[in-house]
Parts: sequence; structure tokens; C-alpha cells
Amino acid sequence: MVSFNILILVSLSYVAVLFWVAFLAERRAATGRANWLRSPVIYTLSLSIYCTAWTFYGAVGYAARSGLEFVTIYLGPTLVMVGWWWVLRRLVRIGRAQRITSIADLISSRFGKSRLLGVIVTLIAVVAATPYIALQIQSVTLSLAVFAEHEGAFWTDGDFARAAMWFAGGLAVFTILFGTRNLDANERHHGIVMAIAVEAVVKLFALVAVGVFVVWGLGGGAAQMMARIDAANLDLWDQSGSRWVGLIFVSAAAFICLPRMFQVMVVENDDESHLRVASWAFPAYLLAMSLFVVPIAVMGLELMPAGSNPDLFVLTLPLSQGANGLAMLSFLGGFSSATSMVIVATIALATMVSNHIVVPLWFALQDDQQGALPGDVRQLTLLARRLSIAGVLALGFIYYRLSGGGTALAAIGLISFAGSAQVLPALIGGIFWRGATRPAAAAGLLTGLVVWLWTMFLPSFGPGAVIPAAVFADGPFGIGWLRPEALFGIGGIDPLVHGILWSMLLNAVVFVGVSLVTFPSPLERLQGAQFVNVFDHSAGTRTWSRPVADAEDLLLMSQRIIGRTEAQRIFAREAARQGTPGRLPKATPDFIARLERELGGSVGAATAHAMIGQLTGGSGVSVEDLIAVADEAAQILEYSNRLEAKSAEQEATARALRDANAKLTALSIQKDAFLSQISHELRTPMTSIRSFSEILRDGGLSAEDHSRYAGIILDESIRLSRLLDDLLDLSVLENGQVVLRPQTGRLSALLDRAIAAAGLHERNLTILRDRDAEDIEITADLDRLVQVFINLISNAAKYCDAKNPALTIRISRAKGQHRIDFLDNGIGIAAQNQELIFEKFSRLADESKAGGAGLGLAICREIMRRLQGDIIYLRGTSGTAFRVTLPMVSEPVAS
Amino acid sequence: MGKRVLLIEDEPNIIEAIGFILSRDGWTVYTHQDGHTAMAKVLALPPDMIILDVMLPGRSGFEILRELRSTDVTKDIPVMMLTARGQEKDRDLALRLGANHFMTKPFSNSDVRDYVRAMMDA
Amino acid sequence: MKPPAKPPVFLERASYRQRRLGDAGRFLPVLGAVLWLIPLLWASDGPETPSKAGMVTYIFVIWLVLIGLAAVLSRLLPDTDQPSDDTRR
Repeated sequence: MVSFNILILVSLSYVAVLFWVAFLAERRAATGRANWLRSPVIYTLSLSIYCTAWTFYGAVGYAARSGLEFVTIYLGPTLVMVGWWWVLRRLVRIGRAQRITSIADLISSRFGKSRLLGVIVTLIAVVAATPYIALQIQSVTLSLAVFAEHEGAFWTDGDFARAAMWFAGGLAVFTILFGTRNLDANERHHGIVMAIAVEAVVKLFALVAVGVFVVWGLGGGAAQMMARIDAANLDLWDQSGSRWVGLIFVSAAAFICLPRMFQVMVVENDDESHLRVASWAFPAYLLAMSLFVVPIAVMGLELMPAGSNPDLFVLTLPLSQGANGLAMLSFLGGFSSATSMVIVATIALATMVSNHIVVPLWFALQDDQQGALPGDVRQLTLLARRLSIAGVLALGFIYYRLSGGGTALAAIGLISFAGSAQVLPALIGGIFWRGATRPAAAAGLLTGLVVWLWTMFLPSFGPGAVIPAAVFADGPFGIGWLRPEALFGIGGIDPLVHGILWSMLLNAVVFVGVSLVTFPSPLERLQGAQFVNVFDHSAGTRTWSRPVADAEDLLLMSQRIIGRTEAQRIFAREAARQGTPGRLPKATPDFIARLERELGGSVGAATAHAMIGQLTGGSGVSVEDLIAVADEAAQILEYSNRLEAKSAEQEATARALRDANAKLTALSIQKDAFLSQISHELRTPMTSIRSFSEILRDGGLSAEDHSRYAGIILDESIRLSRLLDDLLDLSVLENGQVVLRPQTGRLSALLDRAIAAAGLHERNLTILRDRDAEDIEITADLDRLVQVFINLISNAAKYCDAKNPALTIRISRAKGQHRIDFLDNGIGIAAQNQELIFEKFSRLADESKAGGAGLGLAICREIMRRLQGDIIYLRGTSGTAFRVTLPMVSEPVAS
Repeated sequence: MGKRVLLIEDEPNIIEAIGFILSRDGWTVYTHQDGHTAMAKVLALPPDMIILDVMLPGRSGFEILRELRSTDVTKDIPVMMLTARGQEKDRDLALRLGANHFMTKPFSNSDVRDYVRAMMDA
Repeated sequence: MKPPAKPPVFLERASYRQRRLGDAGRFLPVLGAVLWLIPLLWASDGPETPSKAGMVTYIFVIWLVLIGLAAVLSRLLPDTDQPSDDTRR
């Protein structure tokens, strides 16, 4: 006899142990001794939240009713896991590279950081997950009632409600305590992951223990068990083929798309290599969980009185045989399954609700009122997260009470899966197909959501409950082909398969169709490229248009140093100065310098400089350093001269280095301020050159390696000398040493010259011109002007990433100026970088590309200003667009 | 199988060069290119020694060094800092934060090899 | 600035092997799906129908085989952190 009170005591102690485990794990993680917290075993175990109470209790019931069909729910995820190399590896890599916090964040971020998509995915997730959470609450209260009943106390509705309330409330406390302790940028929760890993072990152990008891204790061993299965009054294989296929598919899709699975699989992932172990270990876990389901079902049908609920066989079978300890263990297993699922699902949903609905809403309201400060974002987010957790659990509780428990709820597990799976087309399309667009994702998701609601979710309440019975029979307003269980007049399909088929099919068709006819915004295309090419990108080349220091980073750091109020005051003032009050200011060089001074006031100039330097990545270098660099160049030259074999590439290398050295020496004499920023740029190619020169000199390489390394040396020397050419040019321009030679010529002829010299023969760039408009006379230093044109045209050739790159040259005139616009059809430049591109390279994040792109535009701007014109980035176009302006009547040069 | 060196650096060619030098010398070389996730990589391995570039995408080498030194499991791993800036104050900062050695780019291959050997023996 | 090196037409033996392993990784779920669809061909009621215990055994044996293959592959597939994986084909 298990006393009910003992059961409650054991459950509470179990919960206390979980608290202790979570607390310990958090503390170890905080002190950095978290090695074992990040092992692949823990990762694999955390995935087991896939197996909820629906698995623990429900699988046996499912098997008792429908035979082998229960196993489809585990076959789908197994296929996904063993195919990790395809989808999961990519998802995890993207999740880490883009610092994704939830599946809504992934979809929103992929489609140009769309707020709308974030909201849609969050809504789908909440609608689909609420019944599932209710299901967990139900299973725990039901299992408690079994024990009470065993003691002779039959529960009333009030008892159920009270138990459910305590359970939901307790979970809310636990989740808030460990789910919102800190606002880790990575959204990782070591304590919770550890606790669910422990629960994973408990539930597996419990189910296997019951299984062993049933097979060897009751069934008389494995061989006899097989005979019993054969003899059982149970149809193992009576489902239609379409259900078998449909359920494997929908469980595989849900495994990827369920917010809670995404949370443990992608967000909590500490190391990509953990996926490697989980790829086989998690299927093994699923197998172990499923192994004893059929035997337990068979024995239960055999031994339990007719009419007993097969969903509770795991519990009632041991109880009826007097194995009370085992029953207790089994209860803890079911309890573990329910709690771990609810905790993770709640965290995942709360993250989505707070990040995509509450916080943006708060900001929107805030802007209306005062529009000044971003306020204390940290506290706000934490509060939003906590409220969302409570809200999600409350929804689950309310749903449980309204649905009245019972079998209607049990049937909803698969419907909930199908709801979550609606994200699949946008997700898979988003990570494999660059052509997928934001309107398409929104349209596909909404189509899927509506069809799912109409054909599966609403009908699940039964005919007459939400949808009137007449609509089931004749369709809404008598439109027959809209009947919820026979769309387009095709009836006779299993309702579940019917719903999955139509919702996924229409969702996918709309998604692909709309993608084909819409055009993505520049940001979308940028994000799309980063997601689809994640394996190329993460190998080093980062987008060249990201400033090293985000204003956000700067703000965070400033808050740490001078306190929140003071930091925000400075930033607000700067935003006002830049003409964008209410938003974060741009991290312009001016602002960074000013900020450094402000910070210097409280921590000393050197520290402030060091800290800013760490964020911006640039730091001053003296002319002496530069001379040292020149010396090193000379040394490198020596090395490469000593190269034994004289391949053509090495000849070229030696020549390039000789030239480089000469220029560098010339440069170091120009004691210009901007030279202080180039040390890094110069030394990086030099390092490769020197190192590989030594490697070649040492010999002992295969012919293949030899020529590859020589190739690297050549590439890096070209990079080096191009950089030096640009530097020299720019320094001459900036010093005003350049002598302008005004000439008069036809614009069309100048453009002809520029196009011929831009080196387009290797690239297929189509140039669209308007010969008539170009037929104008221009007086200026034409050679310099052509230099600017060449730069713009070859930039377009180099960076325009459209499939059929095209450059349009447009001529117009206004306010006494000629305007010459260069517009390409590529991805464009992010708004915050449009001014930065004219700075000398130090402000751009991608060091490796700085040599190519970093100085050309600075030179162009310098030239145009000398010519009394200007060059600006043209906003509001989809591609990259530059406008060159030139006065129609050239004044004599002032200086 | 030699001892494990983790190279945290973002320039592909420099990675290739150092990887070549050290693996020829018998070390097992692991590489990582991103500053943000470098710490996780270190904890996942952990290596016998780390070569750390200062200018990394995502997070500066100094920040990573500071975290390495304040984390129990990693505080004793020898670290060699690598930088293309080569200023005196960078060197001071690196050594003050607990780097065992500081090397400027461009470097000589034999220096890299010798220092790695020396630090592993120590 | 460094132009992406053109991928060579023929690969070294080692990298060729690694890419085929990647293919194997992609093929594995397809194999599993096909094997698990075979039950659809079982006659539902008749002398040819496999025994109930046989059905259960079939599903679980396939499962074990997939786990085994995945375990072997997970050891052989190249380290995803190495740049040699997708960038340098």
C-alpha cells in the first residue's frame, strides 16, 4: 500500500533534489567549472524532453488502441537525428553564428529581421503548445488520482483542479527561478538543462524498470513474451498506410520545429560536436523508451480488468500486482516527463513572447510618450520573460480546465505536432534557398495556420463545440468544398492525414509561389546569403558591412563604467546631435572619440582608450612602428629572394615585394595621421608571405603543396601592394600635393575609358547606359574623374552578388550640378554602414577584405572634393548606389 | 599523437601557416576562428596550449584571455598572444592579463616553433 | 581581398573520401525511411502476414541498424569546426 501522503512527500523531495541539481549546475557554470555540464551526454539527455508524459503514459495506451502506430512518433525524430549532417548541423551552425534565441527569432532574422514573422511564429507556437502543456498537467493529476483511488479516495473535480493548480504554480516558480536568473546573451540555462538531464535518466530508468518487471516478472521471459504478443487480442497493424507515412513525417517535422526542441537542440547547444554523439545516442534513447511499450500494453490488456484506462497501465499494472515501490518509481518517471517538457516549453515560449511581442510593444508605447531613452532594457526583458512564463502556464491551466480533461485532450498531441510543423516550409526554405522571401514566409505560415485551425484544431473540440455540426456536414454557408474534414470535396481520408496533407501542402505551395513572384529587401538578401551559405561564412569571411563597434556594445560598456543614467544621457545627447532622437546613435568616429573622452573622465584616459580600442578594434600606431614594418618588408624580400626554386609565381612575388618595399619606405616619410591605422592591414598579408616563404625555403614539400603555398604568397603580395598603392594615392590627395589639370571632354567618352580600364573581361557585368544623356561636356581633371568612375565600376563588378549583375549609369542635372548615378542590382549596403564606407578601412569589421574595399571610396571622396563635387551613397534603392556630383561650371581651384 | 594546440585566429592563410609549422613539429593543431565562441571551444577540448590572436571577429583576444585566466579549468593553460599591432602597451596588457608570451606578426616560423616547444616543456 | 581559390576538378584521395562520407550521412535517413515504409507492403490479413512478434522485431532491428550506422558515421565524418570541411573542397 502506498500512502498518498508518502507519495506527496516523495514527489516534493524529488523536486527539492531537482532544485539542488539546478542550483549546483548554475553555480558551477558561473565559476567556470562547467566542463562536465557541457558534455555530449548531457546534450543528448536534454533532447529527451521530446518524450513527454504523452510518451511515458500515452505510448502504452496508444499501442493498446492502435498497435504499432505509436512507434511512428519516435521513428520520425530518429530519421532526423541520423540525418543530422543534412539539416540539424546547419541549423545549429546558423543558431550559433547568428546568436538565435528561439525558432521565431530564426525565422524573423532570416527574413530580414521581420517583426511580423516573429509575431506569427510566436502565435503558432503558443496556440500549438498550450493544449500540449494542458496534456502534461492532466497526466500528472490523473496519475495522482490513481494513487488516491488506490487508497480508497475518489477524487472530485475540485481535487483535480487543486492538484493542477499546485502543479502549474510550482512549475512557474521553478521556471522563473532558473529560467530567468540572468539574461545571458546566449540564452543558455545550465541549471535547467542539468535538471532535465537528471529527469531524462529517471524517466528512462522508470519505464525500463516497469518493462523488465512486466517481461521477466509477469510475462515469464523474452521468449514467452513474444508468444504472448502473437496471441494477444490486439491488432498491431491495422492503420492505413497514409497514417503510417503521415505520422512519421509530422513527428519528424515537429521534432525540428517544436519550440522546446529548438530550445534544447539549437539554443542550449554548447558545442556543435555534441550533435555528433547525439546523432546515434538519442535514437538509442528513443528505442529504449519504446522497447517495452508493446509488452506492457499486451500484459495490461491481459491482466487488467476490462474497461481500465490503458493510458495508465504503466502505473496501474505494478500497483495491481502489489509492486508499490515500482509504482512509485513509475509515478516519478511520469512526473519527470511532464515537468521537464513543461519547463523547457515554457522557457522557449516565454522567450518568444517577450522578445517578439511584449518588448517591441513596450518600446512602441514608450516612443509615443517621450521618445527619449531606451530605458533599462535588462530589467524590462527579465520582467517580460517572467510574466510570459506565468502567462503560458496559466494558459495551459485554463485550457486544461475548459477542455475538462478526458480523451479529447489526449487526441490533441498529434494535432499540436501538426500545428508546430507549419513552420517547417519557412524554416527549411530559409536555410537552404536564398530565393525565399519575407512576404512568402508570412503568407505560407498564415495559410498553414488557417488550414490547420480549420481542419484540425477547431474540429478537435468535436462537432458542435466550436464549429457547428451543420458546417461539418455541408461546409460553411453551405459551401461544400470547404467542409473541415473534406476540403475541396475530397473526403474519406483519415481526418488527421487530411489535415496534415492540406495544411502542409498549401503552406508549402503558397510559400514557394509567393517567393517566386516577390522581391526581397536588401537586408533580407544579406541575411538569406548568410543563412544559406553558413558553412562558407563561418570559415572567416564575415560581411564587410558591419562596423566593429555596435552602438549597443558601446552603450553596455559605458553603463558598466559610468553607470546607467549617465551613459544613457550621453547616448541620448549624441542621438539628438545626429538627428535621430529616441534611437541609438551611430558609432561614428567622432562619437567614439567623444565617448572615449567622457569615459576617460571616470576611469582614466588609458583605460578608456584600451576599452574602446577593444570594441572598435582599431588603435593608434606610431610612425616608428611603421618604419619597423618597412624593415620587416625588407626582410621578407630577402627571404623570398633566397627561394630555391624559381617558379614564375615566385618571380612575381619577389617583384611585388620589391615594389612594396619601395613604396612603404616612401610612405613612412609621409607622417600623416591616418597612417597610424594601417599597421594591422599591412602586417596581416606580410605574416602569410613571410611564413610561407620560410616554409618553401625549408623544402620537403610535395609539388602540389609547393605550388599552392607559392600561390598564397602571390595572392597576399598582390593584396599588400594594392593596399600600398591606395595608401600612397590617398596620402598625396589628402596632403593637397596633387596638381589638378583641368581639361574638357565628353562624359560619354570618359565613361567609355573607365569601362575599358575597369578590368571587366573576367566578370560578367552588364552596363546599362543612356548615350543621349551622356552627351555633355565636362571640365575638370578628367584623369582623376575617370579614376573615380573606374573605382565605382570595378567595385560593382567585384561586390555585386546578383545572379546577373548589372550596373545602371544614370545622368541628370540639378542645382547647377551634373549628377552621375551608379546603381547596381546587388544586395546594397546596410543603412548604418552607408556613411562608414567612405572612411578609411579601420571602421569596417572585415579585415580580410579591407585591402580591396577599404580605401577606394575614401580616395574617390577625396578626389571629388578636390574637384569641387562630391560622392555620396544614394539611399532608398535596393542595390548599391553611388551618386557623383560635379559643378557644371568649374570655379578656379581655391588653393 | 602530440599534445594539443588550439589556434584562435581568423585569417585563413595564417591559420594554414601556423597549422603547417606546428603539425610538422608533431603537435595536434585545432583551429577556431570566432571570438564569441572561442571560450566554448577551449572548454570543449581543452587544449594543452592556446595561441590567441588579438583582433578577432566578435570578441577581442584580450577579453578571451581575461576569461581564460579567471576560469578554473583554463587558468593554467599556457597562452601565446599574437598581434599585428605590435605596440608596447598591447604587450603590457597581454602580459598583465596573464599571457605567457607575446608575439608580433609577421613572425619567424622557427620562433613560433621554439616558443611552443618551450612553453609546453615548462 | 584574397580571391577565392577555384576548387580543383579532382580532389585528393582523403578529401574525396570525406565528401563521400558526407553523402553517406545524407543518405542514411533516406535508407531508414525506405526500410520503415516496407511494412506498408505487408498484407494486412492472410497467410502471408508476418507474425505480430515478427512485425515488432522488424521495426526494432532496423532501428538498431540505423543507430549503429549513425554511430560509425559520426566518428568518421570530418570535424565541422575545421575549415577543411566545406570551404576547401
